Amino acid sequence: MSLSVRQEYPDMKQPLLQVQNLSCHFDVSKPWLNRVIESEPQRFLTAVDQVSFSVNQGETFALVGESGSGKSTIAKLIVDLIHPSSGEIRFDGKILRETRGEAFKTLRRRIQMIFQDPFASLNPRWRVGDIIAEPIHAFGLATSQAQVTRTVEELLDKVGLAGRDRHKYPHEFSGGQRQRIAIARALSAQPDFLVCDEPTSALDVSVQAQILNLMRDLQDEFGLTYLFISHDLSVVKHMADRIGVLYLGSMVEDAPSEQLFSQPAHPYTRMLLDAIPDHEMSGRRRKPVTGEIPSPINPPSGCTFHPRCEYADTLCKEQRPAVVTHNDSQVACWAVEQARIPVKGLQSV
Amino acid sequence: MTDALLSVRDLVVEFPKRKTRLTALDQVSFDIRPGEILGMVGESGAGKSLTGAAIIGLLEPPGHIASGEIWLGDQRIDQLPYEQLRRLRGKRIAMIFQDPLTSLNPILTIADQLVETIQTHLPLNDKAARARAIQLLDEVGIPAAEKRIDDYPHQFSGGMRQRVVIALALAGEPELIIADEPTTALDVSVQAQIIDVLKRMCHEHGTAVMLVTHDMGVIAEACDRVAVMYAGRIAEIGDVRQIVKHPQHPYTQGLMGSIPSITQQVDRLVQIPGSMPRLDAIPSGCAFNPRCNQRLPRCTQDRPDLITTDQGHVACWLYEGATP
Repeated sequence: MSLSVRQEYPDMKQPLLQVQNLSCHFDVSKPWLNRVIESEPQRFLTAVDQVSFSVNQGETFALVGESGSGKSTIAKLIVDLIHPSSGEIRFDGKILRETRGEAFKTLRRRIQMIFQDPFASLNPRWRVGDIIAEPIHAFGLATSQAQVTRTVEELLDKVGLAGRDRHKYPHEFSGGQRQRIAIARALSAQPDFLVCDEPTSALDVSVQAQILNLMRDLQDEFGLTYLFISHDLSVVKHMADRIGVLYLGSMVEDAPSEQLFSQPAHPYTRMLLDAIPDHEMSGRRRKPVTGEIPSPINPPSGCTFHPRCEYADTLCKEQRPAVVTHNDSQVACWAVEQARIPVKGLQSV
Repeated sequence: MTDALLSVRDLVVEFPKRKTRLTALDQVSFDIRPGEILGMVGESGAGKSLTGAAIIGLLEPPGHIASGEIWLGDQRIDQLPYEQLRRLRGKRIAMIFQDPLTSLNPILTIADQLVETIQTHLPLNDKAARARAIQLLDEVGIPAAEKRIDDYPHQFSGGMRQRVVIALALAGEPELIIADEPTTALDVSVQAQIIDVLKRMCHEHGTAVMLVTHDMGVIAEACDRVAVMYAGRIAEIGDVRQIVKHPQHPYTQGLMGSIPSITQQVDRLVQIPGSMPRLDAIPSGCAFNPRCNQRLPRCTQDRPDLITTDQGHVACWLYEGATP
């Protein structure tokens, strides 16, 4: 095995990952006996609600939203750590949940994940070399121990660490270096697709810049596709080609990065953009943000954003808006659909 | 002394080890004027939180103030006996911590906690203290404060809890609030609201704030002046607009460049090579010199003190001889 540049796909714009009507409910009921005694029904928390999106080969798709909006749940669903209640996930044309045996193993190898907290995602009792070699052993990607060692050293070198660091333990590294190790581990399975769940939010800004630059370099080198999850819109703007905005488990807007920042359509997207601190003191005009994300156990009726929305009317309170496609973007908002709010450069269809 | 409310002079905090001593804060000096918000920014381990802890006397042993002075108004507070220091805390200096869930007592209602704090510092009876508590909650923007005051902390959301913590900090009508990463645990949309509350309250009550954070966005939003810390020393201190727009110290320049911008698209972020040195391996001369892209020969030998330039104070040899 060598770390050569992977073959380019003939059509770069082919969707590598397609998510359709994905939903995930968690049972948050009280224990059975309590329910019988107190005659309470079962209760469900809808973490992900009818989410659809697709990610093209070689692209970075970002999911943004506040805590509790279902970003991480979607990440776990895609890497098959938890199972969806309904909907399907297609990876390279194959439905993940329907493949079995070797085919599933191959698909699963091609999707790897980087977690948020590099202090929790590395086993403190394993040497770094063993941590990175585990996927190589698990997927049988090397024939000899010498080859494993060579690959591990090559990977460490790729992520900006030294080959001899493989003898060390995770506690000997700083947060940024640990995240590099986590990236090397993900790459050792030779994936096409990386799910990155807040990969830099536990890091300082200067280290964050190093990791973001590294992730971009690796993307160019290996032709990786990223699903990038973050709550930090300025990081997302830097990394993503397309952005999906989540609110309380549903996708409210899905648009190319440029367009989302220059012509945000959904009121929630506008609010999120207004909430970004103006660290450059450019004097950007902003509207003060109000309210907080409600509990997903008991979400508001109709459009879940209506209690915080200044454009909400009775229709918004009663009916859920359908996803409407404008140009290249998808928006789920009654006010946009009925042209009650002006959106720059957008004609309703 | 000058008109400063808090004056820190050449503060040195040390942690003794078996054979050596680690100098966690080295000759830190700054002032905070009444009603001013001073930001303390830097990476983890730069000594921001430690400065706050030293001021309020909450250094964890074996850490201790080895030399230097801390003045609050006309009173020197770094050598106060425990009992006097205890009276000072909450009354003249209050503190807001990062995680609002751990800084509130989960088994007492908000009313219990607020009333206890108010009565500790102000001579009010139960009824008046409760009325004052409701008024405080109202001021920090908790809707239906009269009803919610009897709730427990777990019944509040993260943002609301941090508002309660701000109300608690203001209960003793302090002159100075030390806010240690008050918005780090919160979402961006809630963070903006909390910064607003903090700014408004300090403005109305004339309270000075030392805002410790690693988030340059928070600094730019909230502060009047900023101190940039690196490896236990102040690298640069000055007016927030100057530091954000025209950073002088190479470290500040790198720090500002490493934040992704939403107004312009860049291909690669500026990155400062390497990472901050550990306390036991601080390089000689300027602590930043191994990572600096504008290093001079003397940077590896002599340590620069704060040099006054026309834009503020910066600890960097590049500015030596600049006209103050």
